[in-house]
Amino acid sequence: MSGALRLQGHARDALIAGLLVLWLLPLAAVALTSIRSIEELHRGEYWSWPAETMLVQNYAEVLFASDTGRFILNSFLVVFPAVAGTLLLAVMAGYALASYRFRGNLLILALFIGGNLVPYQILAIPVRSLIHDLGLYDSRTGLVLFHMAFQTGFATLFMRNFIRQLPPSLIDAARIEGVGELRILLYVVVPVIRPAIAAVAVLVFTFVWNDFFWSLVLTHSTAVRPVTAGLQTLRGMWLTSWHLSSAAAILAALPPALLFFLMQRHFIAGLTRGVTGD
Amino acid sequence: MTGTLAAKPAKNRTAWRRRQRLVTPLLFIAPAALLFSLFVLYPIAASLKLSLFHWRGVGAQTWAGLGNYHELLADPVFKTALVNNLIWLALIPAAPVLGLAFALLLDRKERMMQVARAFFFLPFVLSQAVTGMIFAWFFNADYGLLNAILQLFQLPSVAPLENESSAIFPIIAAHLWPQTAFCMIIYLAGLAGLDPALEQAARLDGAHGWRLLRHVILPQLWPAHFIVAMVSIVSALRSFDLVFVMTRGGPYDSSNVLAFYMYEQAFLNLRYGYAAAIASVLFALAAGCVSFFLWHMLRRER
Repeated sequence: MSGALRLQGHARDALIAGLLVLWLLPLAAVALTSIRSIEELHRGEYWSWPAETMLVQNYAEVLFASDTGRFILNSFLVVFPAVAGTLLLAVMAGYALASYRFRGNLLILALFIGGNLVPYQILAIPVRSLIHDLGLYDSRTGLVLFHMAFQTGFATLFMRNFIRQLPPSLIDAARIEGVGELRILLYVVVPVIRPAIAAVAVLVFTFVWNDFFWSLVLTHSTAVRPVTAGLQTLRGMWLTSWHLSSAAAILAALPPALLFFLMQRHFIAGLTRGVTGD
Repeated sequence: MTGTLAAKPAKNRTAWRRRQRLVTPLLFIAPAALLFSLFVLYPIAASLKLSLFHWRGVGAQTWAGLGNYHELLADPVFKTALVNNLIWLALIPAAPVLGLAFALLLDRKERMMQVARAFFFLPFVLSQAVTGMIFAWFFNADYGLLNAILQLFQLPSVAPLENESSAIFPIIAAHLWPQTAFCMIIYLAGLAGLDPALEQAARLDGAHGWRLLRHVILPQLWPAHFIVAMVSIVSALRSFDLVFVMTRGGPYDSSNVLAFYMYEQAFLNLRYGYAAAIASVLFALAAGCVSFFLWHMLRRER
């Protein structure tokens, strides 16, 4: 494909390097602000190289002298159960949709996909009423429950597509041997779909961590709010303390970014293969 | 399930197993289907119904018929929000175009390219709540990076977010950042799956550059075009986070969009019926776009 743009060797490398710098410049600017001193900001020095780096001081202040730590903990406490729950539901449903023929199989799949494409706003009022009626408004459990339900749509499609690609003999052989369906799922299917489980786990982690709308609609107290919504509260409090807001923003972005760099292959396989279904 | 099985006599076993084959799929699907129906499918129907009522969150709902929709027609903020959504849809194709350009540029096997790809992709991994903050600073009139750069070239400074006529555009620009990254990754996967023989054959026929791209490579990327278009449209219509973080729909509602206006009407003004009507319009818009695309896609496949 290298011929497509007819740019070769060093010219191409230079172009890529230049673009990359431009591409990440807005992010780099925030990272730079997060290690600057308040004095420099007050002097109007926003874009010079910081005279003294306040990396430790700024981040320590954000983590220990504000609610940021609490918000980040809340995010983890929502994300982990949501990922686990989604995986459990999606592996079971995906297996059933992939390995049994029955009426309505494709219809269920279509509903799962279609439901995942709707704008959140069409769900917002009834979901909030439901969560409220369950006594779960402003609780992490309420958020977990909703995220689990919503993410299951896409995760089931992914699992179903992955399981369908397995050689049919794998499951058939076990059935002929008389192995129970639950055992087939646990001991035959689950071990071979580990890559799919990893891919769905990293994607759902990222989607749920980055959720903002539902955090806003389903929670309000500091003890419960995840970091994406919490950041906005902090921003209102800090107003012109951009060094602190930036540090908090970087901290909020760090977990999914690290996960992505560590699990890059699974992440990208999840996005590309899961959605296209091949 | 299998534990009780062992204790049964052999004759019953086959019958039980046949029944198991029938019942198990239902049992496996039931939890996912129940939860999904409760939190996704039922709420869609409930919202559509609610849009025909007046409701302030407590007390009884009163029948409104098409009253909420009539009110929408005369609501200037609704009009602005709808127009902004359409502008957003009109500009979102920039993401696939840029994403494809990046993908073509980065479609090589070297180790360094893998690293470069990861960094180009990074914006997609960030929360839009964070992206909104990043771009609010970038476009800030007093201390934003954009004006710092303009100053460097001795150009006059700008204040796009404070200006009623332009406030929506920095928000859309901020959305293009992660969306381009997403399109790039899908196109890279598409390019990796291409049949090299076709490209070689075309080259032997003397095709190269844009001709090669247009007539040989792009047509083969159909599945990728489809995914990218669908996801970009849905993402453009869904965008709420960036508007909330960057402008809260201001100044004077000039950067409002349906998703944010619905939130304001529901959770700030407690006009649930009216908010449900806004959500229903947004839903119809999304459903319309998605089915238009599916239909075109299917026709092309034939």
